[in-house]
Amino acid sequence: MLAEGAEFHKPSIEEFFPPALLFEGTPFEVDRIMLIRILMTVLLAAFFLIALRRPKLVPRGVQNLGELALDFVRVNIAEDVLGKQNGRRFLPLLTTFFFLIWAANLSGVIPLLNMPATARIGLPLVLAVVAYLAFNYAGIKAQGAGQYFKSNLFPPGVPKPLYILVTPIEFASTFIIRPGTLMIRLMANMLAGHMTLVLFFSAAWFLMFQAGNFLLAPVGAVSLLMGLVFTIFELLVQFLQAYIFTLLTAVYIDGALHAEH
Amino acid sequence: MTGLILAAEGTPSPLVPAVYDIVWSAVCLAIIGFVFWKKVLPLFQKVLAERTEKIEGGIARAEAAQAEAQRTLEQYREQLAEARAEAARIRDDARAEGQQIIDEMREQAQAESARIVAQGQHQLDAQRAQIVAELRADLGRVAVELAGKVVGESLEDEARRRGTVDRFLDELDATAAPATK
Repeated sequence: MLAEGAEFHKPSIEEFFPPALLFEGTPFEVDRIMLIRILMTVLLAAFFLIALRRPKLVPRGVQNLGELALDFVRVNIAEDVLGKQNGRRFLPLLTTFFFLIWAANLSGVIPLLNMPATARIGLPLVLAVVAYLAFNYAGIKAQGAGQYFKSNLFPPGVPKPLYILVTPIEFASTFIIRPGTLMIRLMANMLAGHMTLVLFFSAAWFLMFQAGNFLLAPVGAVSLLMGLVFTIFELLVQFLQAYIFTLLTAVYIDGALHAEH
Repeated sequence: MTGLILAAEGTPSPLVPAVYDIVWSAVCLAIIGFVFWKKVLPLFQKVLAERTEKIEGGIARAEAAQAEAQRTLEQYREQLAEARAEAARIRDDARAEGQQIIDEMREQAQAESARIVAQGQHQLDAQRAQIVAELRADLGRVAVELAGKVVGESLEDEARRRGTVDRFLDELDATAAPATK
């Protein structure tokens, strides 16, 4: 009983590959997701620059909000995991990670944008590469290259013959799986979240207005409600993914700074 | 819309990045990294440091002010005690001086009254002597007159010698004097 010309719009991977808008075929090709990414970057930079434009000793309004956000990363991630001194050293990296990821995730629930900028693999990949470089740099700087790789690949307290088994596992886990999981966890969560929202909202639209069957309308309403519930859930996931990515980066840096695990 | 989806050949993998995807990711990361590293975090650290300094400085200033107030209070108390002692000393002095003045005045008054009494006594003595001298002269003359009238004129020559009369008066004096004194 479908209305003529109406067909259910299934969410698919195609969602994440919109047509190019500018500079097609060049390394600077811009499509809708790139535009969203740039917009969120500009908004994020503008917010913090305005919040701390003329910082007052007694913070007011938007400065309060900015300081609250910055303090979350500074105290709960950097100083908690790395301690005061190293926390301060890696604070710019961790702050950048947290807020860039969060802002890029948030575009997934902002009306009209409706697309997390981290659902395309590029941004998670670049962030994971930077995290990878950062914890290896921290380890080599703190322990020296030889000692750093030795303590990672040949963990102390293991019988020598077992290194045949342990060393490849340690190598894979530290130098391959870590950045891979950072990247894929973020991208897959955002991609799946977007798919879920698209599914509920497009189903609601189809069932209520396009199916042409009044009996299906209440089902559409339920779908709409579920869409709203999942939007709220998505807000939580977006924050959590930014937090997890940043926290794991801090944990990897901390592990690399200290020889013994 | 449906046509577009159906028209798409081979679905792209979500795990394979396009070059422009990486380029724009790097650009966004660089912008945010620069903003936080060079602008926002230095401002934030500065305001945090200022706030810490302000709080610690405020505590130090309050302590200094309290110490100053304590010092002033002690000074004031010391001055008050000094002033009290000074007042007590002045009062004692004044009392002693007043006593001295009273004593002096009393002495003067006594001396004066003694002098006045002495002067009065002296005048009385002088008047008495004068009166006695006058009375003696009158009494002699009256006694001779009376005796002459009693024994006649023959006694007048004798009486001229005066010695008799004087001797009589002296005797009179001698008997009367203890009575007057």
